[in-house]
Amino acid sequence: MTTKIKTGAYYKTKNITLNVLIHLFLISVAVTCIYPFLWMFMSSFKTSESIFRDIALFPSHFHFENYVQAIRDGDFGRYFLNSLMYTVFVVMGIVIISSMAAYAFSRFQFPGKNAIFYVFLAAMMIPIPGSFVALYVLLNKLHLRDTPIGYILCMINVGLSTSIFMLKTFFDKMPKELEDAARIDGCSKLGIWWHVALPLSKPVLAVVVVFNALNVWNEYILALIIFDSPKYMPLQVALEKFRGEYFTNYPVLMAALTITALPIIILYILMQKHIIKGITQGAVVG
Amino acid sequence: MRLRDTLENYLFVLPAVAIFTIFYILPFIWVFQFSFFDWDGISPAKVFIGFDNFKEILFQDPSWWRSMVNVSWITFIALTFQNALAFMLALACDREMKMKNFYRVIFFIPPVLSEMVVGMVWSFIISDVSGANIINRFLISIGLGQFAHNWLSDPNTALTTVAVIHSWKGFGWGFLLFLAGLQTIPRELYEAARVDGANAWEQFKNITIPLMIPVATMVVILTILGTMQSFVLIRGLVGGEFAGHTSVPVLRILASMQGSSRFGYACSQGITFGVLLVTISFIQNKVSQKVRQA
Amino acid sequence: MRNTGSALAGGLMVLAVMALAGCSSENSGASKRSVSVWHWMTDRQPAFEELANKYEAQTGVKVNFELYAPSDAYSQKVRAAAQGMNLPDIFGVLGEKRDFSSFIKAGHILDLTSSMDANNASWRRSFFEKALAVDEFAPENSYGIQPGVYGVPIDIMTIQMLYNKDIYKQLGFDPEKPPQTFEDFVAVGAQLKKANMQGLVSGWGEVWMIDCFANNYAFNIMGKDKVLATIRGEVPYNDPEWVKVFGLFQQMQEKGVLATGLVTMVNKTAEQLFANGKALFAFNGSWCVNVYKGMNPGLNYAAILPPKASDNFPIAIWGGAGSSFMVNARSAQKDEAVKFLQWFTAQDQQAFLSVATNNLPANKECLSQIPPILAQFAKSMDYATHPNVWGISESPAVIETLDKGLQSIMIGEMTPEKLADEVQKVKARELAKQKR
Repeated sequence: MTTKIKTGAYYKTKNITLNVLIHLFLISVAVTCIYPFLWMFMSSFKTSESIFRDIALFPSHFHFENYVQAIRDGDFGRYFLNSLMYTVFVVMGIVIISSMAAYAFSRFQFPGKNAIFYVFLAAMMIPIPGSFVALYVLLNKLHLRDTPIGYILCMINVGLSTSIFMLKTFFDKMPKELEDAARIDGCSKLGIWWHVALPLSKPVLAVVVVFNALNVWNEYILALIIFDSPKYMPLQVALEKFRGEYFTNYPVLMAALTITALPIIILYILMQKHIIKGITQGAVVG
Repeated sequence: MRLRDTLENYLFVLPAVAIFTIFYILPFIWVFQFSFFDWDGISPAKVFIGFDNFKEILFQDPSWWRSMVNVSWITFIALTFQNALAFMLALACDREMKMKNFYRVIFFIPPVLSEMVVGMVWSFIISDVSGANIINRFLISIGLGQFAHNWLSDPNTALTTVAVIHSWKGFGWGFLLFLAGLQTIPRELYEAARVDGANAWEQFKNITIPLMIPVATMVVILTILGTMQSFVLIRGLVGGEFAGHTSVPVLRILASMQGSSRFGYACSQGITFGVLLVTISFIQNKVSQKVRQA
Repeated sequence: MRNTGSALAGGLMVLAVMALAGCSSENSGASKRSVSVWHWMTDRQPAFEELANKYEAQTGVKVNFELYAPSDAYSQKVRAAAQGMNLPDIFGVLGEKRDFSSFIKAGHILDLTSSMDANNASWRRSFFEKALAVDEFAPENSYGIQPGVYGVPIDIMTIQMLYNKDIYKQLGFDPEKPPQTFEDFVAVGAQLKKANMQGLVSGWGEVWMIDCFANNYAFNIMGKDKVLATIRGEVPYNDPEWVKVFGLFQQMQEKGVLATGLVTMVNKTAEQLFANGKALFAFNGSWCVNVYKGMNPGLNYAAILPPKASDNFPIAIWGGAGSSFMVNARSAQKDEAVKFLQWFTAQDQQAFLSVATNNLPANKECLSQIPPILAQFAKSMDYATHPNVWGISESPAVIETLDKGLQSIMIGEMTPEKLADEVQKVKARELAKQKR
């Protein structure tokens, strides 16, 4: 007999005062979160001169042309697509590669397992200064410099350790019954991973996706160093061009930043439903 | 058969290990070797100096240790203030309530914003130097004028202010992870406990907390690692190291690499830093294991 | 059904990987007649492109200006490319002379002396001497470089003091009579306090600007020779005249002529404040003309030399080449690159650049064609000096200690005497290292 595991609320507060307090708490934190974003958004409609002189949040006139200029000058179309492509491929790559590895670390036995895992962990903690130079030279030797695939592979590596760590922690906690059942049914290891482990880990996967997407989307220094050709550059590199060496057109920059922030926010909105839905098809033998 | 089984197991980790070896291990070795040299990163002349760089970091570089103290303070604030906030918010949101989705989106906006934006906007909000100092005006207007202060330009408060803003930007992640963790606790356990007569606090203590420990451990480790490596935000808020008051290890490494062109020294600083982080994580891991056994 | 799904996904990934790998093009194998230039000057990209188009129309040679901003990212890129032997035909080396010399020693930079001296040195003579000196290595220089010219300045800049005429008048002073001496300058602090106005703003969160200011006054108080002697190690940093230099910062802080939070300011913030009329004085470089114009075209200001603290020696300002371009010695197009640079720095092109980007030209023959505020800056070139022309560099550890210490003095955490001792300690240690 299977019992549906309910997720979602675990208690409803009946106490009205507590409810109100909780809401006040949530709202005040929410305000501090929104205000800076709102400032950025509103500033994108101001002019260069008024942006710092004028303290009011709302501009007196809405200069929509800042957005036009941002898109036009920034050649946004191409860079946007580049960023999109890199984010999609890197995230897909990380999800598959790190979940396979994390699953193996969690469920399988093989010689050297712990050692390898700890090396991955250690990598999370040891930043390499000058790694850009090392990666440049490396990619050069592999003839992958100034190629999308080279950049994608580097970025996959960047997110591997943390993703493996997050997923393994989750897999360790996951009850084994379903996997055992699948194995008895004759499923291969790969099958169990694909059909059982992955679906169950959707909440953590959602976090992994958002985490890595954000990293790739906001990355620019590696891209700037590895790519010579403008046609491969991601969005963030283009953004830096709005920050002049000596003079920055802040409103246009704010417009560009707003446009840049939106896709990630949208991605998050889409992903967070999975975190909410959580485990709905788990089954526990009663 | 056993062999085939083991080989299959290896195949699962092979892609990760392959990419990792090429893109991390190799550069690491490259950098590691240079920590033993005196090199500016450009000229062909590289002078082997053995452990001199490391000796210098450990014994002759007070600015390095100051940066470590600073970053530890920021991390401490993050571990306490930031994560406590994240946890409380996650608890508050893990319930049936309207506006649930709204809050979940809003709390994630700070991590989404690039650090450049965060630095600029917060400078504007609280800086009396370059901005409108809105917070001070607000305090004055509600009669709490004595709390108004030069948050960012006073060396005594600068670091803490930076730490708080850093926490503001970071709590979204902890919130997300805690929420994911809370969501995976089977509701049945709570039902069963309630049937047994446990009240909300006891349910919290006996079910929520123990089951959240793995997630909490993960959050703590990720917080420590993330915070100790931060630097972009500091640049955006106070321009740099503020005479050492807001110095952090990564800024010191960058200063060695670019500012004073001591690439070898920068590499050794990086290695030292990495070793320290690994040690901290190791200790933290041991501690959490003991807690779990308790 | 699930299996087909995963097979499909797998197949797509393989296809995608193949497609991406196929996208990898050979690095811009420069065609016979094209020259690649890497730079960091965001504001000038449009002007550069226009000039590039003109050049292509005239000669048929395509010049590609690639922008990589901001400047410290650019710097890393150049260094990485140097390691990978992948530098473009023309690029700039940001940083100090030491780094410049390292690049030369590594064989990345073409010696331009012969091109400069050809035709009766016509190319060399078109530049301000002080501008070219930044890209030149003198005989018996301490870097071990064969004497000669290794770069081409494309503009000059000076770092001076500016004051807002309107605010000055508001405080009760004659706007046409800026402070002439250091005492006059700090005395303004009293008026500033009364009127609750900000005094001097500058990017002193970035230590090199502090270094510049301190150095200007060091030259003023003890003269160039003694300063260089100190760098060589012949004069200690706790010499009373150095203490006097450090003391100036203490004076400024005590008299209240510095803006609040000066030590946390990046230059951009300082520029904002001055442009918006929130500060009376600014210590900034001539590039600020373009910035202020963009932020506040109506700003009423003028450029002056830093008010002298002593009559013993003239006050110095830092000036010289603003930005320079170097030619990749290993490039297959180096002759074309040199030809392009010669055209690029010729009178008409320099005048165009100057007007388009509000920067001072490196070519001294076009001064009559530039706007008046720029001319004010250019006039002070006689007082200009620059670390890159001294033939010797102070060690970075000493510079850092000195500048950080000055920051500490300005927030009241250190005394000039203490700083002098500290700097000397570090200096002694560095000197010992060199002897090793």
